[in-house]
Amino acid sequence: MINIIWLAMIVIGVGVAGISCLGISISPLGIYFAPTFEPLSQLTHSLFEYSKFAVELALGLVGLMALWLGIMKIAEKSGLIKVIARGLKPMMVKLFPEIPPEDPAMGSIIMALSATMLGLGNASTPLGLKAFGDMQKLNKHKNIATNAQVTYMAMSTSSVTIIPATIIGIRAAAGSSNPSEIIAPVIIATAVSTTVAIVMAKILQRLPRYQVENYIEKDEEVNNEES
Amino acid sequence: MKNLKNKIVLFIILALLVASFVLFSFADVMQVISVLAIPLIIVFIPLYGYAKGVKVYEEFTEGAKEGFQVALRIIPFLVAIFLAISVFRASGAMDILTWIISPITSKIGMPGEVVPMALMRPLSGSGALGIMSELIKTNGADSFIGRLASTMMGSTETTFYIIAVYFGSINVKQTRHALPAALLADLAGIIASVVVCHAVFG
Repeated sequence: MINIIWLAMIVIGVGVAGISCLGISISPLGIYFAPTFEPLSQLTHSLFEYSKFAVELALGLVGLMALWLGIMKIAEKSGLIKVIARGLKPMMVKLFPEIPPEDPAMGSIIMALSATMLGLGNASTPLGLKAFGDMQKLNKHKNIATNAQVTYMAMSTSSVTIIPATIIGIRAAAGSSNPSEIIAPVIIATAVSTTVAIVMAKILQRLPRYQVENYIEKDEEVNNEES
Repeated sequence: MKNLKNKIVLFIILALLVASFVLFSFADVMQVISVLAIPLIIVFIPLYGYAKGVKVYEEFTEGAKEGFQVALRIIPFLVAIFLAISVFRASGAMDILTWIISPITSKIGMPGEVVPMALMRPLSGSGALGIMSELIKTNGADSFIGRLASTMMGSTETTFYIIAVYFGSINVKQTRHALPAALLADLAGIIASVVVCHAVFG
């Protein structure tokens, strides 16, 4: 998908620049041609400028990324995630009714979502994969997603973000006078999207077309065709 | 007893929030939260870590080491997406796309320029980050478009990638309503970003 979009952008871009090189202008008196290489040379100039900018931007990001990852390492080592997890538990038990409160899956879901909220990035991915593995142990149909897995998925892709570190870093590298001014808007927007994620997951799981039974039949058809 | 204490703390926080919204404008409250968040975090986390017996200085430097790698890791993606975006923009194709789309998106107050980023976001995180950086370079980090692009970037996720990786890791092939639920949440995040940015940055 991304391959096609990337290629299309380049091809369309060069195509449009090529067409504007013909310098067609239409007036009531007729169609005029004023051929020029200007659009294409401008395109080349912009290419060089942006590839230089990519490196400048990434290098400008190093300091802030180091600072944030350092702070997050302390958070990780101090077990702060566990404290947040304890606070979230009553709510999570309600959101995942299919999972027994004392099941290890409940613990790993809460840990993973807490890490995502803190923006732990790389540290939160293994936690998320573990949560998924634990939920899979409770799954009766191993190749069909459970309600709990989908709810977790929707919540983690829309997770409340407290500090969007990379974005703040890029804003700082690009010379913003107040790189962190977007923190509060991001918190609010993610709170909205998480709410929508939960509501949508709960509504859609009731729809007839998303019932587990439908998928069991489909699965058997596939198996039959294969055999 | 502990439950009661938690409820009182929660009540005080909520009361403070409501009071601050009554006394000050929404935009002011948002700005104060944005200003305070980082100082509070950089004092609270090390203090908490120290109290828990973490060697704060050593762990900080250990984590900071990764900063360089993270920044370096994004260079190839930035160059790739800048290549496509700069060709697309410099040729005038972006203007055509914006001209087609903006009558629709302007109804919710979304400038046409950020539409390509919104479309790229669920497909590729690094791609969207590249578009965001380009928007910031072209329009300025402190322009409305720059701020909106940053907020949208922070409020949505690389949904397709995450769904593929997570369900792939446990061999689940039927993801049922995972994709529609997650994409609707992304859409909500985008619309919420536009609304909040209009309220805060006007």
